[in-house]
Amino acid sequence: MRPLVVAVTGMNARADNPGPGLAVVRCLRESGRSLRIVGMGYDALDPGLYSDYCDVGYLLPYPSAGEDAVLARLDALHAEEGLDIVIPCLDAELPIFVALAPRLASLGIRTLLPDEAQLTARDKSRLTELAEQAGVSVPETRRISDTGFFNDAETQGFAYPFFVKGPYYDAQLVHDAAEGAVAFRRLVAAWGTPILVQRCVIGEEVNLAALGDGEGGLIGAVMMKKRALTDKGKAWAGVTIHDEGLLDLANTLARTLAWRGPLEVEALRDREGRHHLIEINPRFPAWIYLSAAAGRNLPALLLAHLLGEPMAETPPPPTGMMFIRAAHEIIVPLAAFESVMMTGRTPEASHD
Amino acid sequence: MEPMIDLPAPEVLRRLALSESGFVFDPVTGNSFTVNETGLFLLRQIQHETDPSALMDAITEAFDIAPATAERDLVEFSGSLRQHLKP
Repeated sequence: MRPLVVAVTGMNARADNPGPGLAVVRCLRESGRSLRIVGMGYDALDPGLYSDYCDVGYLLPYPSAGEDAVLARLDALHAEEGLDIVIPCLDAELPIFVALAPRLASLGIRTLLPDEAQLTARDKSRLTELAEQAGVSVPETRRISDTGFFNDAETQGFAYPFFVKGPYYDAQLVHDAAEGAVAFRRLVAAWGTPILVQRCVIGEEVNLAALGDGEGGLIGAVMMKKRALTDKGKAWAGVTIHDEGLLDLANTLARTLAWRGPLEVEALRDREGRHHLIEINPRFPAWIYLSAAAGRNLPALLLAHLLGEPMAETPPPPTGMMFIRAAHEIIVPLAAFESVMMTGRTPEASHD
Repeated sequence: MEPMIDLPAPEVLRRLALSESGFVFDPVTGNSFTVNETGLFLLRQIQHETDPSALMDAITEAFDIAPATAERDLVEFSGSLRQHLKP
């Protein structure tokens, strides 16, 4: 029987800030299904392309190349591989995949994604409006357009320190105007605009990953507290928790947005035990393998949901299940690297 | 006079997972810390009994110490617990 062909993006895996793709395909490998996994990356040095978890790796054009270029590439991959399901894993590519979803569907390729309105509503720059609509707390967040804001931030109600954030990734705590201006320029250079400032709330960050069913329900929530961070603030170690307030927050947001697809809710739990929404990421997080270890393999649940299979009730994930991330080297034959550089595809043999 | 012991909230104490080794895990915050044998005894008592006088009685009896010593240790231990445990 032909295996289900699942394509996954986000094969970048730098140790200090890995993409979620490798963790997603690791989960899929443990789904018990017969799968052909197609890894999709943007750079010939994306290690996931060469990983044993993938049967084959392909390069995609960057999202900045536009919908037509990405669709043409996916169309070519589809002709070669017969894609059944695509799981995009990076924030920056989500708008393109959301826009392309109907055309992918017409090719017979399934996706579990929000629509454009849902994606926009959870945008970092719209969090305040979303929080008002959902009746949840969010630290005041404002768009800024130039470094002048930092000179009189305090008169505008933003006392130092506060966070400066890029449109998709990255946040830096700044303590004065000079630090703010440097962070602003760095984030614009790395990620473009808009740049956001967000008040600093003292508390502990807690995270939740789940699937939205598109009808206001959440499937398979798994909660995690980071126990160690990389220099970029990404989880290096974490542990499963059960935080009823975080679950309530995520359920409220899923209901308000009628969210469809994977999501990660990031929140701060303050000293009084109140939760403040920090971000909603419209994809699986890089720590998603913890969901499989905790008995709620969310990427596997995504496949089951897309295939219309009955969703079995899963017991609550155990608390106290830890992960500690490790960096390791994937050995890549020069011929495989050459193939990706010259043809945008790994040779089949490199995954044997 | 009733001893002045300011323990964390009972629901916070009750949710703690205690291991024989003295490893303590809070399943809501994900935080963990360790306690010695005496601390483990106290935590087990505190999970079921937060009345200061009853706690004092249990400690003085278990460790054969004077009430004043028991009170001092309990006050100190409560302070440490509040540092480690959030609401």
